[in-house]
Amino acid sequence: MSLLELKNVSKIYGDLHALDNVSLKVDTGEWVAIMGPSGSGKSTMMNIIGCMDKPSKGEVLLDGVDISKESAKSLTRIRRDKIGLIFQQFHLVNYLTAVENVMVSQYYHSMPDEKEAMQALERVGLADRAKHLPSQLSGGEQQRVCIARALINYPELLLADEPTGNLDEANENIVLDIFSQLHKEGTTLVVVTHDPEVAEVAQRTITLGHGKIMKDMINENFGR
Amino acid sequence: MTKRKMFFRMITASLIRRRSRMLVALLAIAVGATILSGLVTIYYDVPRQMGAAFRNYGANMILLPDAGNGAFNSQTVDEALSLIAADQIVGVAPYRYETVAINEQPILVAGTDMAGAKAASPYWFINGTWPENENELLLGQEVAQILSAGEGDTLTMVYTLSEADEDNPVSQTSEQRFKVVGVLETGGSEEEYVYISMADLEKLTQPAGELDVVELSISASQSELEGYTQTISDRVDGALAKLVKRVTQSESTVLTKLQSLVLLVTIIVLALTMICVATTMTAVVTERRKEIGLRKALGASDASIIWEFMGEGLLLGGVGGLLGAGLGFAFAQAVSVNVFSSSIAFRPLLLPITVIVSILVTGLACILPVRSATEIDPALVLKGE
Ligand SMILES: Nc1ncnc2c1ncn2[C@@H]1O[C@H](COP(=O)(O)OP(=O)(O)OP(=O)(O)O)[C@@H](O)[C@H]1O
Ligand SMILES: [Mg+2]
Repeated sequence: MSLLELKNVSKIYGDLHALDNVSLKVDTGEWVAIMGPSGSGKSTMMNIIGCMDKPSKGEVLLDGVDISKESAKSLTRIRRDKIGLIFQQFHLVNYLTAVENVMVSQYYHSMPDEKEAMQALERVGLADRAKHLPSQLSGGEQQRVCIARALINYPELLLADEPTGNLDEANENIVLDIFSQLHKEGTTLVVVTHDPEVAEVAQRTITLGHGKIMKDMINENFGR
Repeated sequence: MTKRKMFFRMITASLIRRRSRMLVALLAIAVGATILSGLVTIYYDVPRQMGAAFRNYGANMILLPDAGNGAFNSQTVDEALSLIAADQIVGVAPYRYETVAINEQPILVAGTDMAGAKAASPYWFINGTWPENENELLLGQEVAQILSAGEGDTLTMVYTLSEADEDNPVSQTSEQRFKVVGVLETGGSEEEYVYISMADLEKLTQPAGELDVVELSISASQSELEGYTQTISDRVDGALAKLVKRVTQSESTVLTKLQSLVLLVTIIVLALTMICVATTMTAVVTERRKEIGLRKALGASDASIIWEFMGEGLLLGGVGGLLGAGLGFAFAQAVSVNVFSSSIAFRPLLLPITVIVSILVTGLACILPVRSATEIDPALVLKGE
């Protein structure tokens, strides 16, 4: 069964079609990379899938629910309950420590639990940095905090927009290792990237161009 | 950890770790609260202070005989005084006027209670001293000129007990010798009299006579004074009470003006505080757009965003109010000592009031900026700005 289904989705700004009649299915547990040149509509698609924006036309089914028809309030609830978000700019709350940043996500979802938040940080290898403020962490460390935060509520769908865009090779590999582990555990991953190396490790690569799907291919080498 | 604990952890972290910005808001609130609590203290204390200051300008109530309705003597006065709160009575000066002859000149002499006259008329200026012993007198400046007498001189007063008529060819008189111990200067009609103690006057006139007027200096508000005149006139036989309008009215006019001024300044300061807090909060919301977008992206509802920012605002309001209540008292104390040269008692009720008003003002100031925070689009966090 597909976790996510886009049916003839368009996002139109004036006469610009940021997304133009896109149809797409993502199965539960799939690891999908989305590529494409700048301005091709990747972030627009992420915003719609991430319940932060609504399409101008078409249907978006998440877990069987058409999120294109939901109110802003229930979109917030769906986003909170089902989706984990990772951004290119790490976006941590700058006056909260690493562990507190993870707990913010728990706070909006259900109950803050410092122990659980610590375990999530441990998982991304940051247990010893838990009490540091974002300004005291490196870019790679900050991105790992974001991943820990995105994972803390066990989202069904993990959305990442350029998660490695600001990272060096070593940190990129750490992040990709975590993704591959999550994939093994059954998390559905949708990762937007410019970087062919990041796309290569995914199961499937979708290429956007001018708001349309140009290519959709399964990675033969996946898992090797 | 409970949600509430996390809530407080977040808002205190925001205030403590983002000190510089919040310090401005805190300062604004603390200054506002200081002026609020200071001015309110002064507002409530001014009547007392002003009253005390005005008591320097002399009596504000007089008692007069109510002809045909009973005797007007010291007992009548005691009865009237018993109707006035004892701690409000500043001075009581009974006067009985008689005409005597000094050096063959007719002179008005006033018998009074020297201590009472001194308390009721603090503005009297004496060259020399107040009479303290028997047969000492205080000479009005004008009388001193007429008699060309001064401090240290001895004067003989002659009082006519009964005029000469067909039965008694010789008029009966009594005589007393007095020593001048002081000359009174007031610039007013008080200078036309000679003042001696009531006991000395009674020795001179022999049968104890009735009083002519009693001057009272009472530290009370205009309405209390009006109440007193009413009850005394109604309840005390032989006495009528009247306010000295010249004094009481100017006192209440000055008071009303001063109090409305204080109120106006307080309202202006509160409004300025509100504007300052609102501006700071607007800047804070703008500065933290990304964070707000992020929180929303993480699933924060509008209500939780509102509460988090309100929480920060209200916490600031509370802390600022607490600071202000303390500083305000110090401020009021300084004003009181410098302007009225007397100190103020701390009003414990003012502490919670200042804190609550600060919280209210901050809350009000935060409404618009915080509402604008909820309008921030969570999608903005995905845009690589
Ligand atoms: N709010 C908006 N109003 C108008 N046009 C917009 C808006 N958001 C995006 N667009 C336009 O839609 C198109 C797709 O934008 P999008 O952000 O999805 O690109 P992208 O593929 O993520 O690019 P990049 O790789 O640079 O992040 C762009 O031409 C952009 O200018
Ligand atoms: Mg983008």
